Amino acid sequence: MPILQSQPVMPREPVFRMREVTKCYLLGDVEVHALRGVDLDLFAGEFIVVLGPSGSGKSTLLNILGGLDLPTSGEVHYLDHNLTAASDAALTRFRREHVGFVFQFYNLIPSLTALENVALVTDIADHPLDPSEALRLVGLGDRLNHFPSQLSGGEQQRVAIARAVAKRPDVLLCDEPTGALDYATGKLVLEVLERVNRELGTIVGIITHNAAITGMADRVVRVSSGAIAEIHCNSARISPSELSW
Amino acid sequence: MRGQLLAVTLVLACGVATYVTMRSAFRSLELAQADYYSSFRFADIFVHLRRAPVSLGAALADISGVTSVQTRIVMDVSLDIPGLPEPATGRLISIPERRSPMLNDLFLREGRYLEPGGHGEVLISEAFALANRLTVGASLDAVLNGKWERLTIVGIALSPEYIYEIRPSEVFPDNRRFGVLWMSGDVLESSFNMKEAFNDVSLSLSRGADEREVISRVDRVLSRYGSLGAFSRTDQISYRFLTDELGELRAYGFVLPLLFLGVVSFLLNVLLSRLVSTQRAQIAVLKAFGYTRYEIGLHYLELALVAVSAGAVLGVAAGLWLSVGLMNLYTRYFHFPALRLQSAPDILIVAVAIAAGAACLGAVAAVRRAVALAPAEAMRPEPPATFRPGLLERLGLRTFLSPASRMVVRNLDRRRWRATFSVLAVSLSIAIIVAGSYAIDAVELLVRIQFQSVQREDVTLVFQELQSSRARYELARLPGVLRVEAFREIPARLRFGHRKRRVGILGLPVDAELRRPVDSHLRPVVLPPTGLVLNKALAELLVARPGDTITVEVLEGARPVREVTIMALADEPVGLGVYMDLSALHRLMREGETLSGAWLRVDARAAPGLYASLKRTPSISGVAVRQVMLASFWKSFGESIQVSTAFLVGFAVTIAFGVVYNGARVALSERGHELASLRVLGYTRGEITRILLGEQAALLLAAIPLGVVLGYLLSILLSHFFARELFRLPLVANPATYAFAILVVVIATLVSGLIVARRLWHMDLTEVLKARE
Repeated sequence: MPILQSQPVMPREPVFRMREVTKCYLLGDVEVHALRGVDLDLFAGEFIVVLGPSGSGKSTLLNILGGLDLPTSGEVHYLDHNLTAASDAALTRFRREHVGFVFQFYNLIPSLTALENVALVTDIADHPLDPSEALRLVGLGDRLNHFPSQLSGGEQQRVAIARAVAKRPDVLLCDEPTGALDYATGKLVLEVLERVNRELGTIVGIITHNAAITGMADRVVRVSSGAIAEIHCNSARISPSELSW
Repeated sequence: MRGQLLAVTLVLACGVATYVTMRSAFRSLELAQADYYSSFRFADIFVHLRRAPVSLGAALADISGVTSVQTRIVMDVSLDIPGLPEPATGRLISIPERRSPMLNDLFLREGRYLEPGGHGEVLISEAFALANRLTVGASLDAVLNGKWERLTIVGIALSPEYIYEIRPSEVFPDNRRFGVLWMSGDVLESSFNMKEAFNDVSLSLSRGADEREVISRVDRVLSRYGSLGAFSRTDQISYRFLTDELGELRAYGFVLPLLFLGVVSFLLNVLLSRLVSTQRAQIAVLKAFGYTRYEIGLHYLELALVAVSAGAVLGVAAGLWLSVGLMNLYTRYFHFPALRLQSAPDILIVAVAIAAGAACLGAVAAVRRAVALAPAEAMRPEPPATFRPGLLERLGLRTFLSPASRMVVRNLDRRRWRATFSVLAVSLSIAIIVAGSYAIDAVELLVRIQFQSVQREDVTLVFQELQSSRARYELARLPGVLRVEAFREIPARLRFGHRKRRVGILGLPVDAELRRPVDSHLRPVVLPPTGLVLNKALAELLVARPGDTITVEVLEGARPVREVTIMALADEPVGLGVYMDLSALHRLMREGETLSGAWLRVDARAAPGLYASLKRTPSISGVAVRQVMLASFWKSFGESIQVSTAFLVGFAVTIAFGVVYNGARVALSERGHELASLRVLGYTRGEITRILLGEQAALLLAAIPLGVVLGYLLSILLSHFFARELFRLPLVANPATYAFAILVVVIATLVSGLIVARRLWHMDLTEVLKARE
């Protein structure tokens, strides 16, 4: 596969390095090959979109990058951490110190207010943002003491983003962050992600099957049947406000 | 689900088992008692007197309401039992030489009845025979009116009068050293110089007879003959103990199952509510397919019935097994011709029905919600849990707690009723141990108070006849006797206002050390030179106070009636003691220095020699050795402590496990998704375990003080419940008992919590995140 050749020459060292990564698991009696020999590098400060239909293996890719799962074979490195066969405790520490997650269904804690949901993460981080500052960053400075059930879907997703960025992670991994949102709200959320990437320099990886948002990325990785079909570099990033789908 | 259903099943089984055990035991004892009393003509009225001519029996029979009269001779004598170092006390009771129906008739277990002219033949009570391994054909020596006689055991018998066979004025039975012997009336008449006379009479009454009226007429007839006052069954010791035991069984058989089944209701409600909410979508589909509310409701009720059936089978089996054990225990204390377990099917059916009722009560409330949902609504996922500012904000606690702790508090606050019931149930399991152990602690304390502060003698002697002061010096000369304190006891009736009570007034020497009344702080009460010291319980019965003057009707000798002032109160846990200075009592009786018995302090090394001499001293009818009595008490008490503690702990652990395990499982089911999210955010296993179990820990923390208070309140209740005339259990809060109760429940909570936490640790994070709650 001409993947390495098609990658632009980057003068920097990669932050994430995946080599020959495969992932197999059993679904009932059926063995599923979710990833088949994936090579991928992520670089500091970049905005990357992983695109693929459902079942293509993109969520598995994100899970392995985020330290939620281990590859069946191959190698995964984050800087000098080897994630390939890390213990549960080591993966937990890795997630705690370096990774922020945003999910399609927000996964907020319903018994905690917006501010407390963020504080839940800043409490266990070393140099976090102030939780209310993180919420202002996503435009929710006036909704600090609302419970999730009192917030709209978009607001809940922005709380989730605030929660993810408040600990100043090195990488922000988002699984279909706009999947459960309407068009306008979805764009609002993408603007917040773009701003986080721009202002805090956080690597942002978005997994989606919505091809329309590829324009805002530095690089677009197309995944199909557990393998990387194509990596495309955008010469210029489009502002989320200019996207449409 | 399996674990949760198991927990419910176990609690339910405890409820069924306690009901079956207590009800079966109650029914068995009650039937055995009723059957025994009627088949063997247990009398209704009893009187002991000094001496009356046999012809007086006809006068008693003429009293309206009296159907039959049994006059007899009853004497306590000293016995020499082979293999027993101390002398035993035998109660000799005269029976006709030829067997004929009589009141308090005998059941002959073994051997034969007396043979006419068979001199020296006795029947002995079964308890006494068993305790001393005496068999038919064996012999024992007794002092009959100052002469040693060898008696031959021809039969072993039981009497409805001695189902509980205890020496009068004692609290615990000691069947080795007290027994009943039935002998020919002719022999006793001649031995005790009672020709054509009797000193004891029992009467039976016709149905509907006025018992009080009969008693007062009997008293009038017999007062000239030294009557100690007639009394009814209620004051008959054996009847009293048995009836009190039945009362306890009835109460426990109601309360214990109620507690367990209450917990079952609650657990099933929580369990099914959660199940219904996780199976919302399935319910919707079934409804969409045309299943009726009734069919769906029944499906969930069936689940409750699984727990009921399993619990019922287990509970009935355990209950029957425990009933057998309890019956065996009872046969050690209550002596019936036959004590058969009466576990009638109706008891089992009622037990299962009550359990099913309790389970349905819990299930129906939960299932009603499931069947009420419209299919379209039910197909949509349940809306996210709604939280509003609540307890935390109102109490201003928010700033003091971490977000993780706030989760715990808000979740509890949101399901306040569930939390309240959980706290109640866990505190109940602490209270069960505390209150259950209370009786043990209280009996221990009672024995210590009574035998360390009140009764400090080594040996108590009761004289066959009143003795002069010379007896004191003769006793002092016996081997090993270090101190002699002689006493005078007179039977009397105390009267204050319209209340009266038969008691024994104890005259104590001024310098008494071996027996002294004590106050509630265990300080000796100094006997005033005149007047009475009353036990507080007796004063309460008479509604009299220090300073009140009460009427003392002496039931002995010239039967003087005097007015005496209550000078002080004593507060001992055993008996209804009345004390007086020995000289004052002599003055009251206008008698010289007359003595009824003595207390001895004895050099233990010389005790065997002393016992041997006492056995040879015919003027002594009763010998009680404190040390052997206590030893036999502690031995049997120790065994029952172990058994009852094991059950209490079992019950408490079952409830605590049921509540905590279910609570944690439901919390895991409700918040597994949240907790997995926290793991993704970098929380460690330990941290999310703390959040999950934090709720249970908070409930436990609330339950501990409540359980302690509840246990103490139950102890107060029990101390009132056990306030008997024979003894009163002191209110005691033993810190070790409370600590033990808390420890047991904390460990049960911890273990149940960790079993659930293991599931949390093995949760697949990626799987949980895929599933939209």
